[in-house]
Amino acid sequence: MTDIKLVYFAWVRERVGVAEEIIDVPENILTVAALAAWLSQRDEGYASAFENPKLVRAAIDRVHAKPQDVIAGAREIAFFPPMTGG
Amino acid sequence: MTTRITICIQAEVFDAGKETEALTSPREDVGAVATFIGYCRSEGGRLKALELEHYPGMAEDEIKRVVDEACTRWPLSSVSVIHRYGVMKPGDGIVFVGTASTHRAQAFAACEFLMDYLKTRAPFWKKEYRADGTVGDWVEAKADDDAAAARWALKS
Repeated sequence: MTDIKLVYFAWVRERVGVAEEIIDVPENILTVAALAAWLSQRDEGYASAFENPKLVRAAIDRVHAKPQDVIAGAREIAFFPPMTGG
Repeated sequence: MTTRITICIQAEVFDAGKETEALTSPREDVGAVATFIGYCRSEGGRLKALELEHYPGMAEDEIKRVVDEACTRWPLSSVSVIHRYGVMKPGDGIVFVGTASTHRAQAFAACEFLMDYLKTRAPFWKKEYRADGTVGDWVEAKADDDAAAARWALKS
């Protein structure tokens, strides 16, 4: 198990129910997509946040990441909807 | 060319006149300044406000990466990006992008590139507050914005 800080924004944060948390991620969870799938099984809130994986973006240590990116060594992983700034 | 870069993520209102002035002084190599200001709008009276949420730390980092990319493409004397967070009312400025260069083509292109990239890469999200007092939805990303950013893609 590895402690990783997870942070959530916008409607992902609202659905998950917390802005950030430290989670023990099992060693067999290797990628961003696998982490999202694993989180979605935690409870209804997570399931709702990740129900359409295409609508959830991620960042590893504050750099945009792709679903297939490996999470090993990450300190902070963020999940959020497509950005709407500007 | 060493580009003078200013990046601010702030709740406070910005003064576009002062920011524009700051792009040129005291540089005497600047022949052109292009600026863009994005505003909160009411959508025909439907909205009372927008709330902008951001990812502190990553917002600054990502905007810096986009500015650095612009600096590799165009010779820029100065670049300034200010992006606000918090509650905005219709008419409030949300984002300011200013570019200064020797000639106008570079200033225009860099300014447009920066906005197109910020829309799709800077971690900000807008939530709507309706004029009738209810909380609205999160604004959805537009496919047009992705297309606008994609047209700047590096040719391989």
